[in-house]
This record gives sequence, structure tokens and C-alpha cells, in this order.
Amino acid sequence: MRRRLAGIAILGLLALTSAACGSGGGEAGSSAEPAAGPATITMWTRAATQAQSERLVKAYNSSHKNQVKLTVIPTDNYQPRIAAAAGAKQLPDVFAADVIFVPNYTAQGLFLDITDRINALPFKDKLAPSHMKLGTMDGRQYTLPHTLDLSVWFWNKDLYQKAGLDPEKGPKTLKEFAQQATTIQDKLGKDGKDGRVHGTFFGGNCGGCYVFTFWPSVWAAGGQVMNPEGTTSLNDRAPMTDVFKIWRELYDKKVTGPTAKEEQGPTWTGFFPKGEIGVMPMPSTTLGLMPKDMKIGVTPIAGPDGGESTFVGGDSIGISSTTKNADAAWDFLSWTMSEDAQVEVMAKNKDVLARTDLAGNKYSAEDPRVVLINSLVAKGQTPFAPRFGQTFNDPQGPWLRLAREAIFGDASKLPQLNAEITKSLQQ
Amino acid sequence: MTLTLTRAGRRAAHGAPPARWRGKKVQGWLYAAPTAVIVGVLFVVPLVLVVWMSLNRWPLLGPARFNAPDNYARIADNPLFLDAVLFTLKYTAITTVLLSSVALGLALLVQERRPGVGFFRTAFFLPGAVGFAAAALLFYGMLNNDFGPIDPMLRALGITHEPVKWIGTPNMALFSTIALVLWRFAGFNMLILLTGLQAIPVEVYEAARSDGAGRWQIFTRITLPLLRPTLALMLILSVTGSLLAFDQFFIFTNGGPDNSTVSMVMVAYRDAFFRFDLGGAAALSVVLLVGLVGLNTLMMRRLR
Repeated sequence: MRRRLAGIAILGLLALTSAACGSGGGEAGSSAEPAAGPATITMWTRAATQAQSERLVKAYNSSHKNQVKLTVIPTDNYQPRIAAAAGAKQLPDVFAADVIFVPNYTAQGLFLDITDRINALPFKDKLAPSHMKLGTMDGRQYTLPHTLDLSVWFWNKDLYQKAGLDPEKGPKTLKEFAQQATTIQDKLGKDGKDGRVHGTFFGGNCGGCYVFTFWPSVWAAGGQVMNPEGTTSLNDRAPMTDVFKIWRELYDKKVTGPTAKEEQGPTWTGFFPKGEIGVMPMPSTTLGLMPKDMKIGVTPIAGPDGGESTFVGGDSIGISSTTKNADAAWDFLSWTMSEDAQVEVMAKNKDVLARTDLAGNKYSAEDPRVVLINSLVAKGQTPFAPRFGQTFNDPQGPWLRLAREAIFGDASKLPQLNAEITKSLQQ
Repeated sequence: MTLTLTRAGRRAAHGAPPARWRGKKVQGWLYAAPTAVIVGVLFVVPLVLVVWMSLNRWPLLGPARFNAPDNYARIADNPLFLDAVLFTLKYTAITTVLLSSVALGLALLVQERRPGVGFFRTAFFLPGAVGFAAAALLFYGMLNNDFGPIDPMLRALGITHEPVKWIGTPNMALFSTIALVLWRFAGFNMLILLTGLQAIPVEVYEAARSDGAGRWQIFTRITLPLLRPTLALMLILSVTGSLLAFDQFFIFTNGGPDNSTVSMVMVAYRDAFFRFDLGGAAALSVVLLVGLVGLNTLMMRRLR
């Protein structure tokens, strides 16, 4: 009996520890041998940019002999899945990744060097500059822009009208943003199902949400959040602290809705389309997914006293270093950059284009909001840091602690927590 | 093998029929082979690999570099892991006490064959049929303040007036998780205890009753002592499972709020898959393994 118990205990332990640290993972390995005929390549993408990837893959598959088999992975699990697959040498032929993770992936050797292939593209100088910068290491290039997702402020014109605000005038400064959100809360806070209308909302327990929605206000005010090398954090000083202060007041006055503090990320964009939020930062990729009859205004994110900026997020895409189908993979990648794909697939669905020379096209001209978003690509920033994910996105990373102390807790701890961010960036 | 040959030789010298014996032996090996292969491939090989990884700097791609004992030395500088050790021990203690008590209570309730008892046994056991990750997601949805049904129900009944922050504070997050674990595992543990209870001969109870023992005396003097081996099994499963807690915190609380529900396995997972420090994660796993084997040995000595 004793032996059996010991056996059960040890087996259970091994099963779990090896599950946690073993090299299990991707089921879609680098697929076939190089083939003379049509090839099928595997591709992974994260759920956050699923719609764009699916549209591109569908259009490619219907017009090419080569085929792409797409696997969509939940956003929160994407990084662990890539790590597990890389450890097991089972990466797909091509994979998209959140652009801010690209420097780390490149440093880990996950992407194939495609400098020469990119140089052969006639429009190589017109590719989204922030994405290209993060995909470059030691002068060599590893990725292409896949999707561009910019943070902007959306405002609900119907709620603005009901609250007595001008529905055609969105906020031009973060202070105006706070005033308008407060007016919505004061006037309409008891409206809706269970009094669910709120001035604004943010992902209060989500590191990635904070950087995506708060940092543009810092850049708009002329500030920086890190040094250019991405090794020193500047998040304990103005204008970051001014931005925190404004959001803290909004939370304290209950303008943000009661669950902002617990919002971990998966549902933070879900409230605006329900018509429950007056004004809030949103990803530009969600514009095409909003209810057709909803009147939405779009304006750039501003600093406390003005300016405008955006977080140029989204995905980059590269060929995995373990692929055996590099030529077929490049055929797909280079096609996604073509005018055909960019205009007829991306622009047609109100997405931001990866090529600056195609920003003004027949589809974008139909919607001034899309023109505005496209124009922000040049004004926005994509922060560079080799240790970005573990510092800013990881729920156990030091950034989330700092942001939460700044908004909900003890703001005097900021210098100490900022030092921890710097330490994490330098690991 | 040497031993086998020597024995066989001895048997041959004594004139025993060696062919039949040998046949039986081969048969025995064949029966054991599939299990031996599974244990070897799924447990022994990964274990050796994890220990080897813990002695190396192990990148995602490319060759490993021997760096012992760096990965182990760095554990002491990892405040997240040290906090996680304390939290996991606290969680294990509370969960084990509550789970054992609830499971024993349920087992005693449905111990005797009475009309309708089958329904209750099934009802108590049913949550055990739900995958643990799915159960954690279910609780996340049920208790979510924005779209979960529990909050509106409590407010409709007049029990609460504000949304209850089920995972909003460290204590609430811990106890909501324990509620999830109790819901998911109490029925399974009840089943284990039920087999132990039913193995106690009825005659022992009858003898005690005829000697004038009361309900409490029967419980403390007969049921509990005779249930000891089954209780030991349940305790070891519960302690081991709790120390290796991962799904419930990873999915339900995400380690929050403010890193207050980060378990030891979560730290190893983070090191491996967010920080890409596979060697460091392997070292944490080996430390966890050694601690767990030590604790289980101690428990088995005490509970023997």
C-alpha cells in the first residue's frame, strides 16, 4: 500500500511538472518536404488579429495553387505556445506575432533572415516603418508587417447627444476626455440595463491594455516611456504620472465602471459595442467589427493638454527558422504585401494598411475615420525593448504592479517599482 | 539478467522443468513491457531531461550550455517564487482541511443504502466529470461581474447591492478558488472515502452498538481508525494536487490580483514560456519535485 501511494504521488507530480516545463506543444509542425508541385504551408496567428489573417489566407488560397493552413491560437496562450513549439522544433512554416515580441523572438533565433528577399521588393521602402524597425536586428531583416492595430479614442455619438454633449466633437486633450466621460457618467450613469452606462472603461488588471491605451498620451505630451534601447524605464515621471493621475481620478469618481479594476484583458473591448460606454481607447481593428447602426466617432489619443499619438501595434509575420518550405512561405508573405492583398482584402475591410504608399485608396476614401487612422501610422510609436513581454505584458511582470499602484493603490511606490521594471528590462 | 540465469541454472541442476518456467518468465516480462515502456518514455525520460536542463542554459533553439549551479543559485533571488512557496503552502493547508472535511461529510451522508441515495452520490460526483480547466473557466464566467449570472441573482434576492468582487481582492480570490476546487473535487474524494467506509465490516458496527457505543464513539473509535489507510490516500492526493496547483490560478485568477495567487508551478511556467528561461524553470521544477517527494515520504511515515 505504501509503495503504491508513493508511486501515485510521484507519478502525479511528474506528470504535472513535466507538463509545466516539458517541451510539449505545437501540433502543427513544419510540414512537408520541399515539393516540386503545389505546397501546403502551415501558419499560426493569435486570436486578436484572427479576422485579418483569415481574410488574407482565404484570398490567397482561392487564387493560388499553394495553400496555407491557418491555426488560430488564443491570444493569452500565444507566447507560451510559440515557446513550446520552438523548444520542440515544431514551429509552423510562418507565424505572425505581436510586433512588440518580435525583437525577442528574433534574438532567440525563431525567424529566418529574409533581408535579401525583402530587398528585392519594389516597395520595400514603403512598408510600415515601426514594424520594419522592430523586425530588424544587427542590420538584418526578419519580418514583414502583417496587421496594424492602432489605439484611438472611440466615442459613442448617441450617448453624447443624450448627455447634452456635441456628438460631432470628440475630446482633443486627455483632460477633455475626462470631462466628457464624467458628463456621460453624471447624466446617464443610471441608464441602461442595471445602470450599466459608464463614462469610460479600461483594462485595469491587464498590462498590455495599459501600454496600448495610456502610453500614447505620454508620447502626445512629448514624453517617453523608455530609453531608445529599451533598457531603462521612465514610467515614474511626468508626463506618465500626469496621465496616471487623470485616470485615477476617473476611477475614484466611479466614471470607469465598477469592474475596470478586475478587467484582465479578454473582455476589455466588449463593452463599447454594447453601447454602454461614452468614450474610451479602443483598437482600430475593432472599427470594422462594430454594430452597423452604431454612430461612432474616432479621434487620436491626446496628452493631458493636447498633441496626438497612437500605439502602432498589431502583428508582424516571418518565416520560422526551422521551416523546410521557405520559398512557398515567402510566396505567401510577399503576396500579402501586394496591392491586390492590401487594397482588396485589408482596405476593403477598413483595416490599416502595411504599405504607406497605398494609404489613400478607393476604400479608405469612403470613410474619413479610416483616413484618420491611416494618417496616424506616421505619428505613432511602437516601443522597442528586447524584454518587452516579460516586463509589460506578463500578468506577473513588474509593469502591471506599477500601473495598478498608480491607479488604485499607493502612488508613492512608483520610483521603487519603476526600478524593478528597469531591472526586468535589463535581464 | 545475471540473477535470472543463475536461478535458472540452479533449477536445471536440481532437475526442475526449466522450459515451462522460462516460458512463464517471458510471459511476465511481456505483460509488464507496455507499462514499463510508458513509464520509461513518459516519466523517466522527461525527469532525466528536466534534471539535465536544470544544469544548463537552455535556449529555445540552438545548443545548450552547461552552467550548473547558476539556475539553482538564482532561485534565492526570485521573490516571486519565494512568495509563491508561502502562498502555495497556505492554499494547500486550507484546501486539504476543507476538502477532507467536506468529502468525509458527503461520504457519511451517502454511506448507507437508502432510497434516493444513488441520485445524491451521482449528483455529488458529477462535477468531477468536468475537466478542471473547463471548470475554472466556468467559474470565471459564472462569477464575472460583467456578464456572470451569480451577481444579478444575488442582487435580485436582495442579498447584495453592489457587485461582489469575487476575484478582486487577495482573500476573495483565494476563497473563490477554493470554492471551485471543493466543487470540482469533493465528489471524487467522497468516492474514495466511500470505498473505504464500505470496506469496514458491518459486524464491527453491530458489536460496538451491542456494547452500548454511541454515534460519536462509533465514529471516532471505529470509523476513523479503520478509514485511516483510505484517508491517507486522500490526503496525499490532495496535498500533492494542491502543491502542484496550476489550472485554477492560471485560468481563474491569472495569479491576481497583484500577484497574490501565484502558485509555484505558475512561476516555473512563467520562467519557461514568458521569460524563455527553460533552464531556470527546470531548476524550479526539480526543487519542487524534491520538496514534494520529501513531504510525501514524511506524510506516509506519519500516516502509516
